[in-house]
Amino acid sequence: MTDEAATVPLHLVTIVAESVLEARLLELLGASGARGWTVSEARGRGSRGVRASEWEGRNVRIETLVTPAVSERVVAALARDYFPHYAVIAFVDEVRVVRGEKYA
Amino acid sequence: MSEALIQLAGNLSHPAILGFGLGVLAFFLRGDVRLPESVHAALASYLLLAIGLKGGVALTSTPGGELALPILVTLALGCATPVWCYAALRRMLGFSVPDAAALAAHYGSASIVTFTASVAYLEALGVPHESFMSALVAILEVPAILIAILLARRSHGSTAPLSLVLREVLTGRSILLLAGGMLMGLLTGAEGMRKVEPFFVAPFAGALTLFLMDMGAIAASRMRDLGQVGGRLIAFAILAPLAHAVVGAWLGKAAGLSVGGTALLATMAASASYIAAPVAVRLALPTANPALYLTAALALTFPLNLVIGIPFHAMLAHAFHD
Repeated sequence: MTDEAATVPLHLVTIVAESVLEARLLELLGASGARGWTVSEARGRGSRGVRASEWEGRNVRIETLVTPAVSERVVAALARDYFPHYAVIAFVDEVRVVRGEKYA
Repeated sequence: MSEALIQLAGNLSHPAILGFGLGVLAFFLRGDVRLPESVHAALASYLLLAIGLKGGVALTSTPGGELALPILVTLALGCATPVWCYAALRRMLGFSVPDAAALAAHYGSASIVTFTASVAYLEALGVPHESFMSALVAILEVPAILIAILLARRSHGSTAPLSLVLREVLTGRSILLLAGGMLMGLLTGAEGMRKVEPFFVAPFAGALTLFLMDMGAIAASRMRDLGQVGGRLIAFAILAPLAHAVVGAWLGKAAGLSVGGTALLATMAASASYIAAPVAVRLALPTANPALYLTAALALTFPLNLVIGIPFHAMLAHAFHD
């Protein structure tokens, strides 16, 4: 049974990007106020087929739980600096997080 | 059979080149010989570190005076090629600023794998070369990338600060491993190298063969894009390496390198980077079209150098030394 009182509403921001961007994106998350993230390798197909390097890996998927204010900053920065020229997608879910006070 | 054909046959029967051929063939037969991505990355790291180590150890036994001139001509080569490539691509071939700069970075920098295949070829023929050549290839890798990025920024501006670009170029995996391996080799010397020799020296040619098989499949998958890049770029990707090889061989002879060393400098000059440059360029010049620089470097220049270029560079070296 879910205990509603023990969960906190937060934003789950998921970014899938070409992996050369990983270091830059994590820096952006940190600077925007995210406390932590999960990075995994990803494969797939999208509108931009070309990656800069085969051996640096193809895509990364970055997930982070943040407050709505932080998620807004992240998405705005992505739209400004990365969407025009890079293969990046991002989406925001509203989620309820156990021990959510860790992330806010 | 003429000398040229003997040289070409010698190169084509090298296991590493045959491995590359198998990768290409498998791709067109729709078979799958691709290595898992992590294995590919691990093999690349192994090759880069091994080359760095070898170069570093070689430096410990080379008197500094002997190195000065070869280092100087390598730096000159690394600084001059991106400038003339950029000018030719902009003015003569009409490429945009970011595309011209991106291509100049790739063709001014060097391909470590092509260099390594050239070393394997010379060793199979029994042609000796200066052991510090792998230090030179590390030196050649960086300046062109920086110069090309600076050229583009001068006339175009860029969002990323220069310090960030510099950091990203210098801390890219290939440069860290190559330069780091060299430092390790310098510190540990021939004595220390003996401890890792069974791992870093003996299996090297085998690892290269496996890596080139994978590269064959990757290069072949890019060959499909050749139709879209246009005749101008195809001409550049064939002719620029030829011109660079001649300049490289001439400089090698002028710097007092042996026939083997001269051939290797020609290979380095002719090769186009497809490990360090693409990552740096993608980050620093995001408006440049990766389909152009990757296809040119990987699908055209790399296989041409590997199959025909390497024996041609050896012949050039002989010609300059006669």
